[in-house]
Amino acid sequence: MKELFNRLKTHFPLGEITEQRENLAFINVERAQLRALLLHLRDVEGYTHLVLLTAVDWLEEGELQLTYLLNNRVQALDVGLRVMLPREGTVMDSIHDIWPTAETYQRELREMFGIDFPGSPRVNDNFALEGWVETPPYRRDFDTLEFSERNFAHREGRETFDPRAHMKKKLYPDGGA
Amino acid sequence: MKDELDRKVPLPDELKKRVIKGPDGFEFEVDPMQDYFCQEPPKEHPPIYVKIVEDFFNWARSESLWILGFGTGCGAIEMRPLMTPRFDAYRYGIQWRPTPRQANLLMISGYLSVKTLKRAIRAYEQMQSPKYVVGLGSCTINGGMYFDSYNTIKRLDEYLPVDLYIAGCMPRPEALLKGFEDLKKIIRAGGAEGANHYAEHFERYKENQKKVILDWDMPDYSW
Repeated sequence: MKELFNRLKTHFPLGEITEQRENLAFINVERAQLRALLLHLRDVEGYTHLVLLTAVDWLEEGELQLTYLLNNRVQALDVGLRVMLPREGTVMDSIHDIWPTAETYQRELREMFGIDFPGSPRVNDNFALEGWVETPPYRRDFDTLEFSERNFAHREGRETFDPRAHMKKKLYPDGGA
Repeated sequence: MKDELDRKVPLPDELKKRVIKGPDGFEFEVDPMQDYFCQEPPKEHPPIYVKIVEDFFNWARSESLWILGFGTGCGAIEMRPLMTPRFDAYRYGIQWRPTPRQANLLMISGYLSVKTLKRAIRAYEQMQSPKYVVGLGSCTINGGMYFDSYNTIKRLDEYLPVDLYIAGCMPRPEALLKGFEDLKKIIRAGGAEGANHYAEHFERYKENQKKVILDWDMPDYSW
């Protein structure tokens, strides 16, 4: 994967590379470079398949990370491009014209992470949720337990045991040797 | 219909009341939320015959449980073996039907997301009385392993009148057969009055339903 990185480096400013396996690497890139890089990887380097487009919420850093994972079928190689975006008012360029499948990923990211992709088809339609008005649920500052307790009727009588403490008490009632 | 003022999620354009011009130039008003449905709330149908006749009716009802197998969650998997020769629920007078109109038992098989709850409510309302609801698994009882999920309800009986819960995660087909036998006992004893309970407490059920279904885009009662 180092050769690919060095080849790309002659054309594009790249961030650091993380080599996960010998056939999988992640490269940090800037938002402005992403589109040209994707087109270059697809048309020149043979990374013709968009495996997935997903996001990670780095709450402490105040950033959202988008990962574009591409696959080269012929050489059986995967490369992921990581783009860091600000958490507030996150907007990203749509790539639905490069890979039409990206449209679905972008709809999901819009709903679950609140990342807008202007121009992407049906991006504001419901994806999995219907009528969601709260913080997007996959953002880490969204408290799902608190939301569930506030919204959904609760039945009393539910008990939860810490498995370790419970089994210790059950197996060694006198506190253990 | 949910009041336009207290909606958090606006009604989509195609469901709004509007004036449409026909091909012959004739203009007419269309209200998709009213025009195609009867919105009259359900009525109670208390037992009216003498006890022995009602008992006979209840016996007959208990012996023909026709299931609308709404495969909401993982519990739907446990219903498939029941249809096949190994467990063979058909020998108990239980069969699966494809539409709500032909069924009188709604099985909620596992967790219900808010999105599915909306469909389950419509399916329930389209079934003909007397009708019964059985909740499968701990998800319908108290949320089960989805107790902290942002998208699944935790208590089914807040939204639909449940006659019987079958505990388990998921209940085995044997547990389901036992549950059906228990439901038959309840019906024979005249205790399965879910449809009447729903009609009697219609306002409360609708309030609970609308509290979680924010994009309420269907009539209040569809049948």
